[in-house]
Amino acid sequence: MRKLKILILTLFVSAFSFAQQTPGDKQTKAITIEGATAHLGNGEVIENALIMFENGKLTFVGSANTKIARSGTIIDGKGKHVYPGFIAPNSTLGLVEVDAVRATNDDDEVGAMNPHVRSIIAYNTESKIVESMRPNGVLMAQITPRGGRISGTSSVVQLDAWNWEDAVIKEDDAVHLNWPSNYSRGRWWLGEPNVLKENKNYTKEVEELNNYFAQSKAYNANKTTPKDLPFEALEGVTNGTKKLYVHVDYEKGITDAINFAKAQNITQLVIVGGYEAINVVDLLKQNNIPVLLQRTHSRPKGDDHDYDLPYKLATQLVNAGVLVGLENSGDMERMNTRNLPFLAGTTVAYGLTKAQALSLITLNTAKILGVDDKVGSLEVGKDATLFICEGDALDMRTNKLDKAFIQGRDVSLETHQTELYKRYSEKYKNN
Amino acid sequence: MIKKWAILSLLLCSYLSFAQEYVPKNDGVKTNTSNYTALTNAKIYVTPNQVIDKGTLLIKDGKVVSSGASVTIPKNAVVIDVTGKSIYPSFIDIYTDFGIKKPTSASGDRRSPQYDASREGFYWNDHIRPDQNAIDHFEFDSKKAEELRKAGFGVVNSHIDDGIIQGTGVLVTLAPSGSDATRLLDDRVGQFSGTSKSKTSRQAYPTSLMGVMALLRQVNHDADWYAKGNIKEKDRALEAYIANKNLVQFFDAGKKVNALRFDKLGDQFGIQYVFVGGGDEYELINDIKNTNAKFILPLDFPDAYDMEDPLLAQSVSLEDLKAWNQRPANPKILADNNIQFALTTHKLKEAKTLMPNLLKAIKYGLDKTKALEALTTIPAGIIGKSTELGHLKAGAYANFLITSGDIFDKETTIYQNWVTGIKDELTSMTTKDLRGNYTFNLDNSEYELEISGEIEKLKSKVKTSDKEFGSKISFSDNWMQLTFSTVDSTKKEFIRVVSNITNPKTLNGKVYYPNGNEGTFIATKQVKDEALKDKKDKEDKDKDDEDETPKIYPVTYPNMAYGMESLPQQETLLFKNVTVWTNEADGIVKNTDVLIKNGKIAKIGSNLNERNATVIDGTDKHLTAGIIDEHTHIATESVNEAGHNSTAEVTIEDVLDAEDVDIYRNLAGGVTSAQILHGSANPIGGRSAIIKLKWGEKADNLVYQNSPKFIKFALGENVKQSNWGDNAKTRFPQTRMGVEQVYTDYFQRAREYEALQKSGKPYRKDIELETLVEILNGERFVSCHSYVQSEINMLMKVAEKFDFRINTFTHILEGYKVADKMVAHGVGGSTFSDWWAYKYEVNDAIPFNAPIMHKAGVLVAINSDDAEMSRRLNQEAAKSVKYGDVSEEDAWKFVTLNPAKLLHIDDRVGSIKVGKDADVVLWSDNPLSIYAKAEKTIIEGKVYFDIERDAKLRATINKEKNELTMLMLQAKNKGLKTKPIEKKEKELLHCDSIDHQF
Repeated sequence: MRKLKILILTLFVSAFSFAQQTPGDKQTKAITIEGATAHLGNGEVIENALIMFENGKLTFVGSANTKIARSGTIIDGKGKHVYPGFIAPNSTLGLVEVDAVRATNDDDEVGAMNPHVRSIIAYNTESKIVESMRPNGVLMAQITPRGGRISGTSSVVQLDAWNWEDAVIKEDDAVHLNWPSNYSRGRWWLGEPNVLKENKNYTKEVEELNNYFAQSKAYNANKTTPKDLPFEALEGVTNGTKKLYVHVDYEKGITDAINFAKAQNITQLVIVGGYEAINVVDLLKQNNIPVLLQRTHSRPKGDDHDYDLPYKLATQLVNAGVLVGLENSGDMERMNTRNLPFLAGTTVAYGLTKAQALSLITLNTAKILGVDDKVGSLEVGKDATLFICEGDALDMRTNKLDKAFIQGRDVSLETHQTELYKRYSEKYKNN
Repeated sequence: MIKKWAILSLLLCSYLSFAQEYVPKNDGVKTNTSNYTALTNAKIYVTPNQVIDKGTLLIKDGKVVSSGASVTIPKNAVVIDVTGKSIYPSFIDIYTDFGIKKPTSASGDRRSPQYDASREGFYWNDHIRPDQNAIDHFEFDSKKAEELRKAGFGVVNSHIDDGIIQGTGVLVTLAPSGSDATRLLDDRVGQFSGTSKSKTSRQAYPTSLMGVMALLRQVNHDADWYAKGNIKEKDRALEAYIANKNLVQFFDAGKKVNALRFDKLGDQFGIQYVFVGGGDEYELINDIKNTNAKFILPLDFPDAYDMEDPLLAQSVSLEDLKAWNQRPANPKILADNNIQFALTTHKLKEAKTLMPNLLKAIKYGLDKTKALEALTTIPAGIIGKSTELGHLKAGAYANFLITSGDIFDKETTIYQNWVTGIKDELTSMTTKDLRGNYTFNLDNSEYELEISGEIEKLKSKVKTSDKEFGSKISFSDNWMQLTFSTVDSTKKEFIRVVSNITNPKTLNGKVYYPNGNEGTFIATKQVKDEALKDKKDKEDKDKDDEDETPKIYPVTYPNMAYGMESLPQQETLLFKNVTVWTNEADGIVKNTDVLIKNGKIAKIGSNLNERNATVIDGTDKHLTAGIIDEHTHIATESVNEAGHNSTAEVTIEDVLDAEDVDIYRNLAGGVTSAQILHGSANPIGGRSAIIKLKWGEKADNLVYQNSPKFIKFALGENVKQSNWGDNAKTRFPQTRMGVEQVYTDYFQRAREYEALQKSGKPYRKDIELETLVEILNGERFVSCHSYVQSEINMLMKVAEKFDFRINTFTHILEGYKVADKMVAHGVGGSTFSDWWAYKYEVNDAIPFNAPIMHKAGVLVAINSDDAEMSRRLNQEAAKSVKYGDVSEEDAWKFVTLNPAKLLHIDDRVGSIKVGKDADVVLWSDNPLSIYAKAEKTIIEGKVYFDIERDAKLRATINKEKNELTMLMLQAKNKGLKTKPIEKKEKELLHCDSIDHQF
């Protein structure tokens, strides 16, 4: 048996250990991109733009008509488009490789209250799924644990690194809380109807949360031994140095979550999911609470709902004045994260401008994650994390990347998948 | 009291007289009474349609001797004068499990599946139990019998409600005394069937509704084969099934679509089922009528939802709101359509709720005579007992009710329920009706006494002009006791009154004061007040009636959100100046006109004109053939029959769900046709349904006419149960090696079967093998779920060995590795655009798969396998432009013409070509663009989705939901029962989904 295990282990190791793509080298020479259309991510578009970056930072973003010396390597961007790297928040990239292979699953720890569990140390930079993000322009992500009531603590990373430590943009940025559901499903296996009913334990579950946070605050006010790791992990949430992401869909839950945060003096609240956020838009605005909106490519949650409801939610929230980013949790979320630009593109068919749609996966998300001082838009002083695309990056027909840079490093757009593509294209060429 | 006893003993005697005469008697002398009982001066419902206003019912020995206006009463008759009362035949419920203990669940390890039968000497499937006879499990349940008698029932038919075929029923009376010797009327009444498996066995097959249907068909074939003496082994189940063949066949359909499904199945074998309905028959009333079936209707109308919390209430669907509003009209609509139905207490928690629900149905328009028929003559007729049950003609069982009046009036009391001449007194006929307003004087104060409630369960109110007192009244055997508090309520003292009532106009008696003093009590009925009260009552009642005059919302097709009041009609449509993606040699042509007429594409050209055509301006818009999804699981109630490793006998066509809102959502994504595939739970799956998304049509109308025949095969992790957990390790195959052997084995057997068929020798008809023979002969095409190259190649080799070709590899994520071999074999590939990494076997799945296969010469389609993605297949096609630089024209064919070719329907759909079906979509933009929206989706010239009509439908949904919510709130305010809200959230079905109910 042991032998078998070892054998299996070896197989896995060999299957997963193709270090597909070597991270790009540190930027040593300035780079200039001239003549492209620059989509800044902050709502602005510059035709015939001039973009320069050095030592990993943007040094110039403006019109190519500007009289300024071009430094370093010059890339001709004529007919091309430049975008800031897309950011995938609330993602499990690098935590799971193959859903059905339990040994590769590292996203969901046992226990209900796990604020101390840190995703960053499990983040696998060698993941074949992670590398497949880059050719579509997804260059950064928030790596987020799943499960339980409090899933754990996330970190923001860039997607081209040797090790998790090198990937970090912001370590331990937020704690993630799954708000109690307003509904519970009938136990169909006991013959109950397979429908959702009011969750009778809802009040109790919310009360438990209030109590848990009150206890942690009391503990942190006067830390004594024995130490309590979960409570300590919540300290940042209550003193405003860490954000609290509440994963919640329904109107009642969102309202209660906001009131809960107020009662606990939690100032940095983000709503994740937000299917019914539009119903509490005033409350969100009054309290300055942003929403990481569920994937636009999803089905309405009720038979009666508009077929395009998930497509147009972002438009409704943006038009109402809420700060919105897009997230992609759900079925097959990791491999699907590379479709983030198209989640944004869809919002354009349902009312947003392309520039607004772009912000949903760049600057807005950076603001929500609290990393907009470094990333999220093409602005001087920020990381040179950007890519050059042959056309409109939000449309799959034209999302074809020429080059991508992360912190100025020229990163590879090759993957396990492109390698197979090449190998097998060769096969048929030779036959 | 003495009189009562006398009658009772007389009755007992008469009962004994028709007991078995050979029973020895040791407790006295043998008595042999043969007296008559005559009930005179009654309004007699001899049948629901034959009513005698003032007549006599003469009975003897448990049967009716005669009934009529002028009946000669023999001298040896006990005469009971029931002037002013009505007599009805008592009710019959032919669908109960009265006296049958609920079967207990099989024990054993719940987690590991059981594939073989537990029983020996019976059919190979434990859920086929025609050998069960209710009589063998029957034990008279006195308590339940009493409950049923109170509700008006005299006879019930009972069966074992367990299994797919459940065996025979037993017909019993509910007589309050006697024994089984006299109560059992017939021990083989009908054979019962249903869609649920037996609790007593954990045998896995069938795991789906389509499996149930296939199994029932095979049982019929096997019974036939057995009857002809071709099976040497003993099979007690088949023997019983053969013996039960001529009995009435009951089927618990439980919903309209199941009645249609099993009626069709029955037709195949000459079986006309009597269906137990679901209350939703009115939604497809014409089809229900065409079944020619009789129905048994439970009256479990849905309660209103508790809509007080708006946040929760909004999650109740329009479908459920409407069901509450419409379902009470179901019996009326069936009656209007001359569909015969009986009523049953089945599904009611208590028998006594039948009558209030029936009154509701009457309020919703059901004719009272029909209602009575449904409880008497029709059930009697269904079980072939019209001579002796359901009426009060001479010779019938003396089963009748004596009531205070119209049995379908809320105020009516049932006094007595006689069963086979044995009386059960439910309410005393001699009890005086005290209800009314009285006045009395005590201590110089004038009091008012208001008595209301039921005759034997009164309620009281005692008050003076300025004060009301707490009071309690009880009344039995004409003695009334009244207790009420004194003026000074702080003392907690009570005044008691007792009165023996002789004439309810004055209540004479004694009063007992708290201090022990006694006095005389006289209360006088206020005649004037009563008149007033009656008037007020009447007004209240009228008002009530007016309030409750039900507004019934129109039935839509389907009867839910986005349903239409009438089905779309074929239109003549002329698209002008549109960019047409022809998928033909012309390619993509701009500024073109397309004429649609008679459901076909009639003309393509410039400056077209057509009288009477609706002109649609296509400037800046794109017109394409409708999207065809080669692989999806929408619009079906079942996906997998997972009980066996081969299930070629099942078909998705049996279980299509035309009311799946995903049909509408797919239309909104430009999809017009789809292959609804069986799942991937087994190497040989079930047969497909190839459908058009004709939203609003019934299931059978979705299926292509002369549909090409398809079946699902599957390879890899799913069929070897890799991800089913550690308990699923017993079914063959558990490896890819085994998968090959499953195919080889089945095809070998199919070939041998075919040889036997052709030899002219008799053979056992096997639905599964016949399906496989079709594959061998190229009459049925295989669409095979596949991932890795080894198994893909294996299946092609197996097919080649048996001299046929695989039609399509679906998913085929490593198709790019064996594209050359696929071309050589001649198989197409229908793949995901970019899915991977969810299982180990998709590690090498790449988004370049479709482009590589395409370039290598494989006919390529892109499919969804997902109700969400299927409504964006245009975007999935566009990914082939991104990954692999496929031309836009070719990419578009991946979701239109190519799947049409793979499905062998390209002679009808898949391109815009004169003569093809007018299945087209008008897009706001380049259809491959993320920015494109479908504006109109047209199938055969009928507009099934229109973005403008959609906006109107949304408004209607909102309006109706709000109105129905208000009606439910009103219902709650009136004190009607409500139930907690329910939110239906349809699960996303994939290849590996298993039916919940199984």
